Amino acid sequence: MPGLTSSQTVGPYFHLGLIRDGQSSLVGPETKGERIAIEGLVIDGPGVPVTDAMIEIWQANAAGRYDHPTDTQDKPLDPAFHGFGRAAVDKTGHYRFETIRPGAVPGRGNALQAPHIAVTVFARGLLLHLNTRLYFAGEPLNETDPVLGLVPDEARRRTLIATPVATAPIPTYRFDIRLQGPGETVFFEI
Amino acid sequence: MSDVFNDVPAGTHPAYASPEYKSTMLRAPSRPLIRLPQTLTEVTGPRPGADIVGPTEADFTKCHGGEALGERIIVTGRVLDEDGRAVPNAVLEIWQANAAGRYNHPVDTHDAPLDPHFEGNGRVTTGEDGSYRFQSIKPGAYPWGNHHNAWRPNHIHFSLFGPGVATRLVTQMYFPGDPLLALDPIFNCIPDADARARLVSQFDIDVTQPNYALGYRFDIVVRGRHATPMEN
Repeated sequence: MPGLTSSQTVGPYFHLGLIRDGQSSLVGPETKGERIAIEGLVIDGPGVPVTDAMIEIWQANAAGRYDHPTDTQDKPLDPAFHGFGRAAVDKTGHYRFETIRPGAVPGRGNALQAPHIAVTVFARGLLLHLNTRLYFAGEPLNETDPVLGLVPDEARRRTLIATPVATAPIPTYRFDIRLQGPGETVFFEI
Repeated sequence: MSDVFNDVPAGTHPAYASPEYKSTMLRAPSRPLIRLPQTLTEVTGPRPGADIVGPTEADFTKCHGGEALGERIIVTGRVLDEDGRAVPNAVLEIWQANAAGRYNHPVDTHDAPLDPHFEGNGRVTTGEDGSYRFQSIKPGAYPWGNHHNAWRPNHIHFSLFGPGVATRLVTQMYFPGDPLLALDPIFNCIPDADARARLVSQFDIDVTQPNYALGYRFDIVVRGRHATPMEN
């Protein structure tokens, strides 16, 4: 059996290989669903903005289906939405995506997962990327979401909830990522 | 029953907090990660097309109307899972320093020349048998600020989308016989010696193209799958 390949840091020069124009917008004119923006700041242990991080997101379409062969749910695919986005933070540590609000997808057992976005963080100083999830404030399904339920501490659970900060030109949610220290984001081993 | 990805064997990935690599100390999470039993979100994942990652570019040795300086290399291998099954249609994004050890990147201020005929990036997709191949220039070593007289070994960065979010991988390929490997904190943060050895490519005379370029083999292995009663 071949052994698993180890992770190494993305380093400070990842833009060269990974960043292209247009990666941070997941939507086109034909995309179905409620358009939203997601923005946030990445900060390190002492609270200093991280200016060389990369964020990737993966999400279901508005109907709650992933554009992937493993997802065989009887829900429509959207040919104008593939669910993947990537953004490098800017010189102030901020990132921004334009996407749509995902539909709910099934969890394990008979559970329904609240609408959420898988968020992956890469940076110099991270030898292995970090996985977290973004949920939406005010979503009733959050109360019964099985993954939020893995985080018993209310203050820690709040690090996974994006909060509305603007309604125009499109509804905008804020999702800061604290790598370390007070208010540290919940990261998952998947 | 649904398939989920296997657990990662202990010692394969570095610890987030690895004091020898100083940048980890302010960026590694201080709280233990919370184990998330994989759901549809984690067993699916992006399959980005050329519109997102850019078109296929498998020859890094020529650009802007000329040939890059340095020792030409061919890098080839297969992307497999832990059961030895080929991973077809995996997108590999690749970037590296030039022969002088300088990245074509504004943050890189190393006092070594840029090469007007070398950008140092490209993308390939694996075939049905999981194989990939590209040609480039052997990257140079370069100094970095981690400790006194710190030098990164020759390396090429790889970013890989496998079948799901849980198989996302970013790694670095090294070269055999590099004396800097023993001194490199990023490489040596991997606890398992066999896992470290797997990041070192192998020189292969059969990949080597006569009168043109040296050949190296580098296989990439992502997590395999097993069935689990995800419905229960």
